[in-house]
Amino acid sequence: MVTEATLAREAMTPATPAQQLSEERLLQMYYKMLLARKLDERMWALHRQGRCAFHISGMGHEAAQVGAAFALRPGHDWVHPYYRDIALVLALGMTPRQLMLALFAKAEDPSSGGRQMPSHFGYPPLKIVSGSSPVITQVPQAVGIALASKYRGEDAVTLTCFGEGSTSQGDFHEGLNWASIHKLPVIFLCENNQYAISEPVHKQMAVPNLADRAVAYGLPGVVVDGNDVLAVYDVMVEAVARARHGGGPTLVEAKTYRPVPHSSDDDDRSYRSREEVAYWKARDPILRCEQMLAERGLLAEAKRADVLKRVMAEVDDATEYAQAAPDPAPEDALYPVFAPRR
Amino acid sequence: MATMTFREAISQALREEMYRDERVFIMGEEVGKWGGTYAVTRGFLDEFGEKRVRDTPIAESVIVGAAAGAAIVGLRPVAELMTINFAFLAMDQIVNHVAKLHYMFNGQITVPIVIRVVGGGGRQLGATHSQSPEVVFAHFPGLKVVAPGTPADAKGLLKAAIRDDDPVFFVEHATLYSVRGEVPEDDDYLVPIGVSDVKRQGKDVTIVSYSKMLQVALEAANRLAEEGIEAEVIDLRTLRPLDTRAIVESVQKTNRLVVVEEGWRAYGVGAEVASRVTELAFDHLDAPVRRVAQAEVPLPYNRRLEQMALPQVADVIRAVKDVMYIK
Repeated sequence: MVTEATLAREAMTPATPAQQLSEERLLQMYYKMLLARKLDERMWALHRQGRCAFHISGMGHEAAQVGAAFALRPGHDWVHPYYRDIALVLALGMTPRQLMLALFAKAEDPSSGGRQMPSHFGYPPLKIVSGSSPVITQVPQAVGIALASKYRGEDAVTLTCFGEGSTSQGDFHEGLNWASIHKLPVIFLCENNQYAISEPVHKQMAVPNLADRAVAYGLPGVVVDGNDVLAVYDVMVEAVARARHGGGPTLVEAKTYRPVPHSSDDDDRSYRSREEVAYWKARDPILRCEQMLAERGLLAEAKRADVLKRVMAEVDDATEYAQAAPDPAPEDALYPVFAPRR
Repeated sequence: MATMTFREAISQALREEMYRDERVFIMGEEVGKWGGTYAVTRGFLDEFGEKRVRDTPIAESVIVGAAAGAAIVGLRPVAELMTINFAFLAMDQIVNHVAKLHYMFNGQITVPIVIRVVGGGGRQLGATHSQSPEVVFAHFPGLKVVAPGTPADAKGLLKAAIRDDDPVFFVEHATLYSVRGEVPEDDDYLVPIGVSDVKRQGKDVTIVSYSKMLQVALEAANRLAEEGIEAEVIDLRTLRPLDTRAIVESVQKTNRLVVVEEGWRAYGVGAEVASRVTELAFDHLDAPVRRVAQAEVPLPYNRRLEQMALPQVADVIRAVKDVMYIK
């Protein structure tokens, strides 16, 4: 609830970037979060029906991702996501149809024409770079992209995202160290969902916060409630501004939770209790976004139903469109291994 | 034409390409102030400045990964890894990204990087510092693998590699740096990637080799000539894409083939060349193909042991005589 005390405190302090967001932008954030959730649920269902070979979910991460995306300039800034970033790429401007085409690996899949796995998002028009399945390899490359922006005197920043488990890899260290030495315009966003498949976070690190590691590299590390879209947005706006104006990289740790199994290939009941999952489902980022909007009088029941209807129409359209789209021709497998000769 | 060392040829290629194209820059361990572990980039820091000659942390994965990132965005990085042995630390970036991004993006992006590595044994640097595993990298579609054996080819191939839109893994054998040869001084002197070269004409036997072993093969051919055996020596120059036409044409003429490589025989260059010749020119072979390669052991440190394990001129001569059925 917005209490009088809260209002009084807000009146005394300068407005945060989130407080300056228009109603329209707030509702756009909600729309993208809900779109990601419903599209994700549909993809799970399609996988369970045997319609596609693989799906990996971003559920529970919607606030962290949409908060981050809204702090960027889509198509201008570079993004090197990881496999959970469905809400991120939707918020940047990829469409449900495009993601469904990738899920079904159709010829028209704009990322790869069916060559790359689904959820390995890539879309050059929006400067989204596809990653590989070995984790956190995107970090060294994001550092190189940021290096190129600085080399050419451009003000584009690079956002790269990863889970907390992958930060045990050497590439995390190599990338952050390098970026900090050269004060590169890059933001490292850790979406800490507390599990690396079955391994809880305390088996990945002995520090309470991943962001604590930032001090070792000489860059700012920030912990944020990853289920609060506006809190993430505020932190990201600051990190993006720092990067864009020559202040160098930031490590942001968005603490969240993965309410579903790691991917379509595991069953999370074997490694965590249903009570724990229920606890976090009650703190779901979409639920919290709805509460925030309702408190501001922006999401009456009729409005909420209307948004859901529009979202489901997009999801249905994408599913139908992509299922009907043609497969690649078998001989498409044979190219393009090398670039065309100039 | 000017006479220069292999080292000077590499250096000249880099310098010319950096003057030609602002997007070309060098990054790696010790490339700046120290001028490179093998002194290839000596003087470059003063000439081009820190922006284009970047000393990096000792972190191979991010050297290759960052180069890939910069290349995706449109720069043309030349990443130097101190030795090919250290490339294993960047294997994930090389194999899972650099070699595959163009394909996985359905051609929407290119990764025009050159990864320069120093390879080879013969300097008593032990098992983990003397390897010739370029075939490992040649195994992956999407990566071009180049290994010149002369100063002229080194210059022309490196310039071609920098101008190429694909990633190129460029192997410089450590013991070749002081080899001298005639090198064209033309700014646009290029040696095409994927084209082999007949380095010596002959009618009796074909010897296929590359990199340092080219020099060994040529020495063997000279000694064989004293005994009246004329060997044709083919320099592969590029391992992927592999140019088989010159080999097949040569075997059609000589009917005998020996392949000389410094790496191990198992699953090696010799195995690949032999199977291609078997597929394409089986009827022309008058003897089984012979492979000359490193003994199947990690390369030892002691000089006598090391030389025992590495292919020698005498081994090539023996193999040639075997395929000619000469005792």
